[in-house]
Amino acid sequence: MSKAMGEVLLEANAVAKHFGGVKALRDVSLTIRRGEVYGLIGPNGAGKTTFFNCMTGLYVPDGGGFMFNGTPLVADAPHQAAERGIARTFQNIRLFGNMTALENVMVGRHVRTKAGVVGAMLHTPATRNEEAAIRQRAIDLLHYVRIEDRAEDLAKNLSYGDQRRLEIARALATEPSLLCLDEPAAGMNATETEALRDLIEGIRRDGTTILLIEHDVKLVMGLCDRVAVLDYGALVIEDVPAVVQKDQRVIEAYLGA
Amino acid sequence: MDIFLQQIINGLVQGSIYALVALGYTMVYGIMGLINFAHGEVVMIGTLVTITVAGTLIKAGMPVALAALAGLTVSVLSCMALGWSLERIAYRPLRNAPRLTPLITAIGMSIVLQNLAMIVWGRNYMTFPPLLPKINFEFAGAHFTLIQVIIVLISGATMAGLLFLIYRTKLGMAMRATSQNPAVASLMGVNINRVIAAAFVIGSALGAVAGVMVGTYYEIAHYQMGFMLGLKAFTAAVLGGIGNLAGAMLGGVLLGIIEALGAGYIGDLTGGFLGSHYQDIFAFIVLIVVLMFKPSGLFGEKTGDRA
Repeated sequence: MSKAMGEVLLEANAVAKHFGGVKALRDVSLTIRRGEVYGLIGPNGAGKTTFFNCMTGLYVPDGGGFMFNGTPLVADAPHQAAERGIARTFQNIRLFGNMTALENVMVGRHVRTKAGVVGAMLHTPATRNEEAAIRQRAIDLLHYVRIEDRAEDLAKNLSYGDQRRLEIARALATEPSLLCLDEPAAGMNATETEALRDLIEGIRRDGTTILLIEHDVKLVMGLCDRVAVLDYGALVIEDVPAVVQKDQRVIEAYLGA
Repeated sequence: MDIFLQQIINGLVQGSIYALVALGYTMVYGIMGLINFAHGEVVMIGTLVTITVAGTLIKAGMPVALAALAGLTVSVLSCMALGWSLERIAYRPLRNAPRLTPLITAIGMSIVLQNLAMIVWGRNYMTFPPLLPKINFEFAGAHFTLIQVIIVLISGATMAGLLFLIYRTKLGMAMRATSQNPAVASLMGVNINRVIAAAFVIGSALGAVAGVMVGTYYEIAHYQMGFMLGLKAFTAAVLGGIGNLAGAMLGGVLLGIIEALGAGYIGDLTGGFLGSHYQDIFAFIVLIVVLMFKPSGLFGEKTGDRA
């Protein structure tokens, strides 16, 4: 986190992805700067989630690529994207339902901890210390997203809003420099959305860059420093919210609808 | 009544061996949805390695207890290496293949390992060196031996260790996360390849322990012994609900007891037409009944998850 705010953190260069004949992403190029909240919006099926999936290593792009922190992001496996410092949440919540909230967050610590198979089997003091540290850090993160009282409940038994918070805590556990939130406000009521906004602002203040995919235009325009609009897999515009809101193409494609 | 208690004890001993082997099937299935049919052969190799190592050391004059420990250690380590290699060579390249492909490969690996064992150890039955003194106990009219007691104790301790590993350590947490959602676990930084390898290595270590116990119990071993043992343990895993650890343990013990009671009473049931050497049919009757009436097993979750 020593690097200055405002420099480029993630650069997408002409990223393309197609599924059969469908061009889900058409040469999308955009730039996310360190410390900002960056919004990615667009109608359903515009390619927002596909972009996320390419970036986090779930899909391999058919063309173009990503630079992250100054070096190419070659994600052969998703755990490598996590190692590089990219974490995400999911549009459709994907927690480990049969594990406790605390354990879900502890899994997120994997990427930043060492002890391997042999250590685990022998249960050496080093492993034990590390596991104690993981547990403590996970408890802290549950406090951070304010669901510490649900720590020992199975993830599947949490309320919808709490599950969203738990996903964010789990993503934060990987100590990302870029946190990608895929429609975090989906299905939330006004109060929950307001609380979510506070949480996101807090995370940004604490130094994590955020990429936000969201349908709630009010939330995006109020929260984001810059916004990119995708339509039919292509980038329409990338600018500050005030400019994006007035762009004729955006109004036609999305906002006016 | 004597027969009943006697057969319960025998079944418990046999069942705890099944349980250890069944855990190997169920761990791999839980994490990657594969039935590793070569697992029985891993157990067989665990037994034969022990014969060679412990047998040689005893002949060389080493105290029996020390030789037994050395045999067990070498056997566990060899089987861990074997499990790791199996995954690496046979299954990993097929990770994204249709489900039937790795299954057929598993059957192929089972044949390969049997034949390798035949080349190395020969076709003849081998005598397992006596690693434990023969001490008999009697309880309420039933007889049992020190070997039986030790088998049950070691199985119990091994299974407790496994539960600790799965529910209390970071690796175990990664394994559970992977079995629930490999893609997401991977995004959280869990190295899926390592978790899958760990499932094979740990399962094989349990298999080796079971192999040593089988050898000590029956005092005889053969390159084809893994086949029937593997099928029985697989049945135990299905009975408990494949993919479920507690299910494999309970399924193993239950199957052992069902088999032992079946063997004890089959003569009475069929008016002497079938003898106790028909005990194997009970395991497979159990398999058929479970698959017909409760394919998800005793503890299994609805099968939709894994299909």
